[in-house]
Amino acid sequence: MDRVYILIMGFLSVVIVNNFVFTKFLGTCPYLGVSGRLDTAFGMGLAVTFVTALSGIMTWLIDFYVLVPLGLEITRYICYIVVIAGAVQLVEMYVKKFFPSLNKSFGVFLPLISTNCVILGLCLFINIWGTDNLLEVTVLSTGTGFGFAVAICIMAAIRENLILADVPESFKGAPITLITAGLLALAFMGFTGMIQ
Amino acid sequence: MADETSIKINYLAALTAGLWRENPTFRLLIGMCPPLAVTTAVKPALTMGLSVIFVLVCSNLAISLMRNLLKPHLRIIMFTLSIAAFVTICDLYLRAFQPVMSEILGAYVPLIIVNCIIIFRAEACASKTNAWASILDGIGSGTGFTIALCIIAGIREVLASGTLAGFTVMPRGFVPWAAMQMPVGAFVTLGLLLGLASVLTRKRKN
Repeated sequence: MDRVYILIMGFLSVVIVNNFVFTKFLGTCPYLGVSGRLDTAFGMGLAVTFVTALSGIMTWLIDFYVLVPLGLEITRYICYIVVIAGAVQLVEMYVKKFFPSLNKSFGVFLPLISTNCVILGLCLFINIWGTDNLLEVTVLSTGTGFGFAVAICIMAAIRENLILADVPESFKGAPITLITAGLLALAFMGFTGMIQ
Repeated sequence: MADETSIKINYLAALTAGLWRENPTFRLLIGMCPPLAVTTAVKPALTMGLSVIFVLVCSNLAISLMRNLLKPHLRIIMFTLSIAAFVTICDLYLRAFQPVMSEILGAYVPLIIVNCIIIFRAEACASKTNAWASILDGIGSGTGFTIALCIIAGIREVLASGTLAGFTVMPRGFVPWAAMQMPVGAFVTLGLLLGLASVLTRKRKN
């Protein structure tokens, strides 16, 4: 029972309290660039969640069973990058084959997921946190991807309404988006301390 | 003779483009993670900027030297792999000689690998021009990025703790703005600076 409790708390913690976009600023590029429409943002969020979960688990396995026993930690970053690029390729092939319509709406953004900082960031943070069992890694990586999806969907919904707002000419586009993100980060700070 | 001067002007343009006209942070809006994440104080921001300059110059040079061997569909993965190699060097150097900074920057040093600036410069410049122009381009873009980081970090550090690069600059009785230390401060400062940059650009155009 304790273990399930820890897992649930870990999941909530990376989704809400330690949301990667609002507390670690990872994945800010797609966050500013893509999140103009809610449906695209939702699809993007799901794709990122899947890639994050897959590469989080795979990099942890490689790290734990190959790199550390062989003393090859120095090649860690290169291995991570190769794994992530492979995972993205896999998702791309899958989507192309089974969801051709979704593939069209993603366009060029799908291959660009591999340079999304959330994914590499998560692999590195799992390493820093020193997580040492596969179940926890799975929960944390799924949660992180899910947190990114939540953040990008909230932002897309706000931006759909922001079109109607009367923003000063110079602040249109990225500046107002960043300030909105600041206010959102402030709101998410309210969750701090909810989970120890 | 005429050719020689035009080449010289091109080199100069490659060096200065990144400073303002194509400043990665303020004008192109790429590589937005570090300007938000490592700018709580000037020192880590400067370390980050110097690391990015090192990686950018080295990867630009390497990619420019192998640009004729690259196959189009394998190009991005080759870019990323060479960048990852240089970032590893940089990370090990920081860990050995700047342990304090390495601790503060943490995972953001390896995250230089997926920084869009470096891949963008590789794609836009290094895979097309010769080695010298790519080195100058790397120095220019990297410096522009470092300056942007230092401006944001300076504003945040002065307002958050009343110091600049460790020296006290605010008068006694100054109440630190705790919010500037937090994520909110980063987002809002960068948002306001981008707004300011766009005001300046529009004025120059009119």
